[in-house]
Amino acid sequence: MDEAGGRERLVSALMRRLINIKPGQGAAFMLGALPLIAIFLLYVQAAAERSAANAADKLLPTLDKMGESLSRVAFHPDVLTGKVLILSDTIASLQRLGVGIGIATVVALVLGLALGVVPLVRATLAPIIATIAVIPPIAVLPILFIVFGLGETSKIVLIAVGIAPLMIRDLAAHVAALPNEQILKAQTLGASTWQLTLRVALPQALPRLIDSLRLSLGPAWVFLISAEAIASDVGLGYRIFLVRRYLSMDIILPYVAWIALLALLMDVILRGISREVFPWYHGKGK
Amino acid sequence: MSEILTFKDIWVEYGEKIVLERVSLSISEGSFVSIVGPSGAGKSTFLRLALGQEAPTRGQVLLDGKALLPQCDPDRGVVFQRYSVYPHLTALQNVLLGLEFAKSPFLGRLYGKARRDAIQTATDMLTAVGLQHNLNIYPSALSGGMQQRLAIAQALVKHPRVLLLDEPFGALDPEIRLEMHDLILRLWAQHGLTILMVTHDLQEAFKLATRVIKVDKRRHDPHAPHRYGSGIISDVTPDKTKPVPLDVTTLLLPSSDEV
Repeated sequence: MDEAGGRERLVSALMRRLINIKPGQGAAFMLGALPLIAIFLLYVQAAAERSAANAADKLLPTLDKMGESLSRVAFHPDVLTGKVLILSDTIASLQRLGVGIGIATVVALVLGLALGVVPLVRATLAPIIATIAVIPPIAVLPILFIVFGLGETSKIVLIAVGIAPLMIRDLAAHVAALPNEQILKAQTLGASTWQLTLRVALPQALPRLIDSLRLSLGPAWVFLISAEAIASDVGLGYRIFLVRRYLSMDIILPYVAWIALLALLMDVILRGISREVFPWYHGKGK
Repeated sequence: MSEILTFKDIWVEYGEKIVLERVSLSISEGSFVSIVGPSGAGKSTFLRLALGQEAPTRGQVLLDGKALLPQCDPDRGVVFQRYSVYPHLTALQNVLLGLEFAKSPFLGRLYGKARRDAIQTATDMLTAVGLQHNLNIYPSALSGGMQQRLAIAQALVKHPRVLLLDEPFGALDPEIRLEMHDLILRLWAQHGLTILMVTHDLQEAFKLATRVIKVDKRRHDPHAPHRYGSGIISDVTPDKTKPVPLDVTTLLLPSSDEV
């Protein structure tokens, strides 16, 4: 592009109102990357300064130091257990998270559909679910520890109980909000309540369930880390809270970044599945 | 011609508000009845009664002499102004749905030969409404007129005794509307349908219907506008040998014995 054209575009951009200036695809990517790069550079700078002043600084470890510590927990087996720590932590955490989320999703699908489609079920169960939903899940964690013990069960139940009520309510509301015309039409086509649920409500509920699952991933991680922090002997949350005692920022920071990466990956995978399996939901008609 | 749908001394009240009062109407098989009237006069209430979406406060709605349950059933097909087709199904799947419901009570899906037969039936029906080239397209990629064609095919594949149309062409461009008029008249003749259509377009009503019924209030109390409900104030058989006059309102003046 020649200089004159560039200036012209810049001037025309400045003439418009702020709300009407929209970045192109490349520009949007650059803008989005900017804060991340800025934070990264700021950190590197600050860490270098602290390390220059005090070589034994623990608060802002340099990238080298983090890499060193990370390689110790990520690539070398632990001397005591003979296991690679970050691997066993990740597997334990993902298992708890997966089972908890899986249970919540199945329960949300079944109850959400029943509540959304059948008025009698809605009248019976909606109040109790609304009541459960307002209880802070962490507040019932002691009860779960007492009832299910300190093992895996209580952690899984915390995740499931923590995210299921909102998912149920969201799905029920979505199904109940399907145009009444659709429900009437299905009946004129001869659908029974079961057939209507299976062929009209279920397929339209599934992409919404994925949406609500994606939004619930955040809280699910919170409950997982909390439960692991309180009572566990392996897991990402357990490790972070363990090394906190030694002020080991060189372990905590890579672990947090690793958790963020895992969460991001799950979100991207779920979105990909939704786009692939439910093209009609994402406005792609053909 | 025999009576197919009968409204017997119907009253519809919502609490204090009276919507329809002492309405009686018989619709004979093979007729194309259009219900017109001002907004809020209760045209759509007629359709909801016939559909089974709601029950009259007093009186009966009879289909082939039997009282209707207050729920929708496959002997009455329906096309609404919008939301009649399923966004998550392709055009073909939308039409297949009715066939699958009938033959597969548990899964709601057909397989093997039964599926191939159903696909053939559905494809024929889609061809009849002019959608043979859009079988595997989702409704969101179809124009408004094509979506209504799809909704009609979806209803007709069940061979309903009565086809109910609720402002079916109200949201379409005038040009597309004319095409849809030709389509519905052709299907009406070919399939020997009985049609009950609600519309606010008088020209449309006179052009399509063999019988135009105007619904409005017979009496009006300005201090209690909901005190009196609507009734049938005129029942006209358009002269099909002449073109539709430009001003059809005079044709719908109340008949003298009713006033």
